[in-house]
Amino acid sequence: MYEKDGEKYFVVDSHMHYWNAGPDNWVPGAEQYAKGWIECFHAYQGLGPPETHWPIEKFMSYTEDDLMKDVFQDGYVDVAIFQPTYLTEWYREGFNTTEKNAALGAKHPGKFIANTRFDPRDGDDGLKKLEENVARYGSIGLKLYTAEWNNGSRGWTLKDPAAYRYLEKAQELGIKNVHVHKGPTIWPLDKDAFDVSDVDHAATDFPQLNFIVEHVGLPRIEDFCFMATQEPNVYAGLSVVIGGLMHARPKFFAKVMGELLFWVGEDKMTFGSDYGIWEPKWQIEGFVDWDYPSDEFSDYPRVTTATKKKILGLNAAKLYGIEVPQEFQLDQGEGEPAARDDSVGVSSASPAASLG
Amino acid sequence: MTATTTGSRILAALAEVRDPELDEPITTLGFVASAVVTEDGAAEVHLRLPTYFCAPNFAYLMVADAYDQVAALGYRTHVVLDDHFASEAINEGVAARAGFVKSFDGEAVDELDSLRADFLRKAVLAGTDAVCRPLAGFPLATMTLGDVPASPALSRLKRRRRDLGLPCTDDTPLLIDPKTGAAVGADEVPLHLRKARLTRTSLDANTGICRGMLRHRYDTDGQGEVAL
Repeated sequence: MYEKDGEKYFVVDSHMHYWNAGPDNWVPGAEQYAKGWIECFHAYQGLGPPETHWPIEKFMSYTEDDLMKDVFQDGYVDVAIFQPTYLTEWYREGFNTTEKNAALGAKHPGKFIANTRFDPRDGDDGLKKLEENVARYGSIGLKLYTAEWNNGSRGWTLKDPAAYRYLEKAQELGIKNVHVHKGPTIWPLDKDAFDVSDVDHAATDFPQLNFIVEHVGLPRIEDFCFMATQEPNVYAGLSVVIGGLMHARPKFFAKVMGELLFWVGEDKMTFGSDYGIWEPKWQIEGFVDWDYPSDEFSDYPRVTTATKKKILGLNAAKLYGIEVPQEFQLDQGEGEPAARDDSVGVSSASPAASLG
Repeated sequence: MTATTTGSRILAALAEVRDPELDEPITTLGFVASAVVTEDGAAEVHLRLPTYFCAPNFAYLMVADAYDQVAALGYRTHVVLDDHFASEAINEGVAARAGFVKSFDGEAVDELDSLRADFLRKAVLAGTDAVCRPLAGFPLATMTLGDVPASPALSRLKRRRRDLGLPCTDDTPLLIDPKTGAAVGADEVPLHLRKARLTRTSLDANTGICRGMLRHRYDTDGQGEVAL
């Protein structure tokens, strides 16, 4: 938890990782991709404050002790949600698998939620594996990564019939939350690979699932926002928004936050540090202190302490059924995180709706 | 002609090449690593991007456009994209004037004209915000392009509309649907302007992130780069 000026914030880090991207884990013959990938991630870290940068060697292979210290001891996080990213074409044991995450989680009961994943190109074996993972790790969330390379294929979309088959299965197995991540993605090669319209289709056809679009669809924030106003079960995952913009580009950060608060609304935005790209400590401290920098932003929705409490933890706690002690709940009169059908975009009270 | 003059001619030509996604010249973005005339009189340009995995379709367009601009000056031209997972396919494809589909044989069905047009439409929306923001309170729905005082933002908006084949003369409406070219009705103006602002915010945020990552990847300025 984080405390500032007498206010207490329950923190759910809804998007973080425990990877091994060191040369010992690179697939022979695919070294250039494994190296290019982790260097790309490392460049993102360069957007945070200089004193939080790590050398590339540590960045490739940070330890369990680093993670526990950065996220929980120094980083104020109460519950962290592991999001797996496999990339097994480039990393021998996978970049960041459900198994690796869950093994760490098992050592620290109550600290982690282990999400799992699927790849619709894995056929019947993949469906079976999904079922096994859900049974074994108790996952109620998925991370879907459409940019993954798999046997000559360079990516997939949620519109694929095979993906629908997996989503149906996931729903049957009790999955509630689907985190979707697009980039850096390259497929389809001759179209806009970052296009988020496939999420729109899936969200419409699977109304019982919540779709958390990580990195708010960056670099297609505008397409994401237009979609989110129309789909009650679409959420904005703020990983990269806070980490990548708050320090490096404060003015653009204010604009992006203003737009998200307007189109998506404070009840449907969730904090994620994207650790090990960025440590949560500076992000949480900075976000609690943050407000619009000037009057130039006066026509964006206001940001209150309640807004920040929801975004930092209460919204994700609701999605994942995490019990939040009374002292962290909103005071009377501050409301509570909305049920998803009250979503800003579809409510007649929404500022976006009033313009439609 | 001195070497300096020659270099600046090539750079000026490269300044006409835009990142189609960010709608900014590749020079000011820092993407031009070097641009020289070799001893045997050929122009050699090296381009660089913020990451190893930047979208290959946009990368291809920038390399191909750079080739066209420099070759139009009359040089034998080599454009080389450095440090990218698809460098080989792109460099060879552009050098052979093969087109995108042939350069990525079996992986692409279409050339990139509709992708480029999609992003020009975004540039029109973002440019609409840049032009209209100072005009708060004016009856925008009934105004024409000719009603707006001249500015770099207005010229740019007109050029983008012209590139798309949309109405762009002074007697055409200021606010149009960037897909159809139809005038935006008075009732639709507030939402249209909100969308325009959001699109500009998104473009600006992406540009900021790309610049930050390029700076992390390379500690030298690009040729013709303008710091923000």
